[in-house]
Amino acid sequence: MIKIWSMKKNEDQAAKKRPKTSAAQIRVQKDLTELDLPSTMQTKFADEADILNFELIITPDEGMYKGGSFEFSFNINANYPHEPPKVKCKQVIYHPNVDLEGNVCLNILREDWKPVLNLNSVMVGLQYLFLEPNADDPLNKEAAEELKRNREQFVYNVKVSMRGGSIKGVQYNKVIP
Amino acid sequence: MAAAAVVNGTASSSEWEGRYYHVDQILDRSGPRTDPSFLAGDEVKEFLREKCKILVIGAGGLGCEILANLALSGFKDIHVIDMDTIDISNLNRQFLFRQKDVGKSKAIVAAEFIMNRVPGVKVTPYFGKIQDKDEDYYMQFNLIICGLDSVEARRWINATLVNMVDSDNPESLKPLIDGGTEGFKGQARVILPTVTSCYECSLDMLNKPTAFPICTIANTPRLPEHCIEWASVLEWPKVHGDKKLDTDNPEHISWLYQVAAARAKEFKIEGVTYSLTQGVVKNIIPAIASTNAIIAASCCNEAFKIATSSAAYLNNYFMLIGTDGVYSYTFEHEKRDDCPVCGGQSLAITVNKEWTVERLIDMLIERQDIQVKKPSLSTPGKQIYFQAPPQLELATRPNLEKKISDLVPDGGEITVTATTLPFNLSLRVKYT
Repeated sequence: MIKIWSMKKNEDQAAKKRPKTSAAQIRVQKDLTELDLPSTMQTKFADEADILNFELIITPDEGMYKGGSFEFSFNINANYPHEPPKVKCKQVIYHPNVDLEGNVCLNILREDWKPVLNLNSVMVGLQYLFLEPNADDPLNKEAAEELKRNREQFVYNVKVSMRGGSIKGVQYNKVIP
Repeated sequence: MAAAAVVNGTASSSEWEGRYYHVDQILDRSGPRTDPSFLAGDEVKEFLREKCKILVIGAGGLGCEILANLALSGFKDIHVIDMDTIDISNLNRQFLFRQKDVGKSKAIVAAEFIMNRVPGVKVTPYFGKIQDKDEDYYMQFNLIICGLDSVEARRWINATLVNMVDSDNPESLKPLIDGGTEGFKGQARVILPTVTSCYECSLDMLNKPTAFPICTIANTPRLPEHCIEWASVLEWPKVHGDKKLDTDNPEHISWLYQVAAARAKEFKIEGVTYSLTQGVVKNIIPAIASTNAIIAASCCNEAFKIATSSAAYLNNYFMLIGTDGVYSYTFEHEKRDDCPVCGGQSLAITVNKEWTVERLIDMLIERQDIQVKKPSLSTPGKQIYFQAPPQLELATRPNLEKKISDLVPDGGEITVTATTLPFNLSLRVKYT
């Protein structure tokens, strides 16, 4: 058997190294404790001991969604950051890039995810959707068409939906506190 | 009578003349590239054939080839782990299995096959997950070879072996040989935990799984894959709620297939089939028998060289690209300082039993050799103090006043992260 041991360098500093904390856990600790969020975003942990599952609350202070309070669930699995976190909107909201089941169309949550991205980038990306809804990547087709066709009507619909009204037969959740 | 005595003279009855004729050409004399520590002759043969214990993880496409190669090159004590059962679609390349074996454990059937075919070899199977076994189990082997198909399992075994390395025990360093194939491409690498780059170091070299923009799936499908993703990502949760999609359940796959086929018809897209559905949701890349054979051969060659020191082993990454002709390349993949598994600093610290967490944090900040600002601390499974987000800072703040010795056992581990650290720092605490 080859003698590998002699190749080990830095024997002096070789303190026994055997962390039982998984790489995903350490990475999430790093991401969370280094979050740099504006006052419009807040994290909420149902169980403070479980840092892999939590909520993000976005309260835009400008744009057409101003005044609303939007809740997203974050689920992180053991394959993070090889796989992106799973993010869903918890409310039924009127938004071109969010469908009625809460799926979110944000490129870095799927096709453009890379391990160098972190939770902060995902959160900033989500907030951006409320400042600049994108009619070209629709998940709620009705909303996207309205945004393209008649921006004023769209803004009005957003207000109605945020108060818990219904648009074209769909009842939306009240998101204004 | 006399003839039988000669046959049985030096070895067991399973040996026959000429059995190792070719392998012994290498082991009976040294060559121009043999390691200086190589001692030709009986001792190395005895080690290989009587003492060396090797573990094969995975008894699938690569595993079958690896087991056969090892058995035929003289390894006699082989263990194999696989959690899978044999599927009919495996039979074209996983040559240790026959139609009658469908549904049985891969590890058990493979072990029996090898033992029947190659006399004198003992193969010990384990039908289950690698995560079922602890460090004591992995400690018994001299070498470990992986023929796995999942990133998750590789990360797990890699991290386990890196963490097993104990500076007081040279035996705790277990060479890991990792093989992998994807269609016509493959790789074989030698990982010497804590010495060379580890699997986690190279995680960013992986191809990311193909994912399509969710809006394309929802609105403008053009490919059969878009229809299948629509069925699995959007329709499944909508119709089945919290029920989890089980990609091994044929009923679930049939449901997806039907939903995807209906959508394909609506958008006039051709090509949605049952097997494509299965392929897309399970992320299956067709396996090629010859790629497996090449990669398994390379892995076993490395195992043989490491076990015998008869030649220089791979340093440390071999890749094979068979998509356009045959191309291969060998290079040294470098260790990453910010690797969450093998990188990062590790520090043994001695603290007074009466110290509070706050005092420990102050000490970390003051230490010149660490250079941390605003450190966050945790033990496996528990937070000690988090600088952010506000809710977790508030929840962990009371710990600042507590004694460290109430939160971390003697000899316990603390994981420290901070913006100023490349990744993390692990502290091993001793009390006075």
